[in-house]
Amino acid sequence: MKRFLNIDFTFKTLSMSGALFQVILLIALLVMLIYTSRLAISEFGAGFILSSEWNPAEDERETYGAAASIFGTLVSTFIAMILAVPLSLVTALFLVELAPKLLSNIVGYGIELLAAIPSIIYGMWGLFIFAPFIRKYLQSPLKGLNEVSFLPEIPLFEGPPMGIGIMTAGIVLALMILPFITAVMRDVFLMVPQVLKESVYGLGAVTYEVTSRVMVRYGIQGLIGATFLGMARAIGETMAITFIIGNVHKISASLFSPATSIASTIANEFAEAYTQPLYIQSLMFLGLILFLISFIVQFVAYWWVGKLQKSMGVQ
Amino acid sequence: MKKITTIILLLFLVGFLIQTLDAEIIEGAGASFPKPVYHKWMHKYYELTGVKINYQSIGSGGGIANIEAKKVDFGASDKPLKKDELDESGLIQFPMVMGGVVPIINLEGLEPGSLKLTSALLVDIFQGKIKKWNDINIQKINSDLHLPKLDITVVHRADGSGTTWIFTNYLDKVSPEWHEKVGYGKTVKWPAGIGGKGNEGVASNVMQIEGAIGYVEFAYAHENQIPYASLQNQSGNFVKPKIESFQSAAANADWSNAPGFYIVLTDQPGAESWPITGATFILIHKEQSKKDVASEALKFFDWCYKYGDKTAIDLNYVPIPDNVVKLVQEVWTKDVTCMGVKLWK
Repeated sequence: MKRFLNIDFTFKTLSMSGALFQVILLIALLVMLIYTSRLAISEFGAGFILSSEWNPAEDERETYGAAASIFGTLVSTFIAMILAVPLSLVTALFLVELAPKLLSNIVGYGIELLAAIPSIIYGMWGLFIFAPFIRKYLQSPLKGLNEVSFLPEIPLFEGPPMGIGIMTAGIVLALMILPFITAVMRDVFLMVPQVLKESVYGLGAVTYEVTSRVMVRYGIQGLIGATFLGMARAIGETMAITFIIGNVHKISASLFSPATSIASTIANEFAEAYTQPLYIQSLMFLGLILFLISFIVQFVAYWWVGKLQKSMGVQ
Repeated sequence: MKKITTIILLLFLVGFLIQTLDAEIIEGAGASFPKPVYHKWMHKYYELTGVKINYQSIGSGGGIANIEAKKVDFGASDKPLKKDELDESGLIQFPMVMGGVVPIINLEGLEPGSLKLTSALLVDIFQGKIKKWNDINIQKINSDLHLPKLDITVVHRADGSGTTWIFTNYLDKVSPEWHEKVGYGKTVKWPAGIGGKGNEGVASNVMQIEGAIGYVEFAYAHENQIPYASLQNQSGNFVKPKIESFQSAAANADWSNAPGFYIVLTDQPGAESWPITGATFILIHKEQSKKDVASEALKFFDWCYKYGDKTAIDLNYVPIPDNVVKLVQEVWTKDVTCMGVKLWK
């Protein structure tokens, strides 16, 4: 009994319970996803991932396939990452090294506010303002370029420019994760020891060399961590892209075409899928796939950072 | 320590009080199509009688699932259940209000109702077979309009919806090809086009994209002044969507011979009838467990039938005609009981 009154023991037990609880929660989620999609798993098996046929009919034509949703999730995330990561890197470096203190503080504060904006606001802004803008000033000129007779037709820009589609979804997603990644990268750069920077300057390096050769290398683990955090957010993003991705279960090479992502499919179709067991279970199966994708992404992040730790020695 | 105990006890007391205040609440859930008129009716009824009705518009599917599981006192669905489905779950269903689904178009300078479409054209457009507005088939029946060489962008619903059910039901009826290739339902495998979330999503997509065509409930097109098309009905006339044409479609329907009031109002006969009309239904259990709640619910529905007409019409819905209300109340008298006691006289 006296042992329990020992504050150390109590604290240890409580904190361990907290930690274990999270692991149990994770396992419970996984089990729930598998259990509620068992019908779909047994019906479709691994072929679910390869098929893009999505037909919620209430007769024998009913069939589901995740390929289109997975494609949309991965491609929109990919577009978002190519746009956001370089931009975040450069912005974070600017804020830490090059900007005057006042500007750095104000912009830093602004970025943190931007990161806190609910994603549905991005979605609505995307639908009403950004998509028509992209359609007029980016997609139509690209389409015009594609149609010039003596240049080869690029399949990336085929089809009517609608504004809505995977390109705009990717761009809006980039805008959404940009402040988030920038904020984390900025914090990483702020942790580079002043002594390190000063000694490199002392050796005669210019600012560009200090930032690219020293600061980035020093903080590379944190930077990769920030990238993967942004990526994890982009993969699961629902409301921002549901309004602008077009919601069509098709895989297409064109950037102008509409698509769908796993999260938007579930968000759109869940409420009305009640009455059809296979429909609901297929949506849960999609959820399971998203869970596994996020898991794989996390794993790759850990592995990559681990590899870097080994190659650079213990930092 | 004493302070904390007092606060906790007070919180419990407050919670308990709130619980008891909530005693007379009727819970309903279902279709989003009639939400505006249901909410207005419920608000007015509360002001008059103090009886509170809570309605969550989670979609027809959710409404059906919840009433079957007895999680709510009544369910609402745009898609009517068949008699055997009703009997299996011990439910009765009755129509509450009607509305129309209209095709909306974004073409510059187009007046509402001036573009005429036949059912065949509508099917071909939504199948993606007709790709441009100046197609010869559209131009043929619209010789008075100048149609541009613009791509047709089809906009449909991304989410499951009763509106889609009504619209695709019509296309399924008028086209054997659509019936074979697509069928009808709350969601279908659309051959062409992009998806918008909710009636709002479809409307905003159509308004943003030049040359877009979509379908929404009439109330939505009217409120936002989006140009709609005229359709050719069964009698061969091109009609515009308005309350009179919806009422014409409803009037010609044979409610008395429909078991469980299962009637789909698409493609109804009548010179003035709008071809894509639909009713929305309420579902309640035959055997009620809470006598007071059930009686109050029936009184509310009765009030809506008697006094809710103007509110419905103001919101561009069509009230159920009186002769049908009589049939509905006959079913209430016959079927709704609580432990053997009839709840409606």
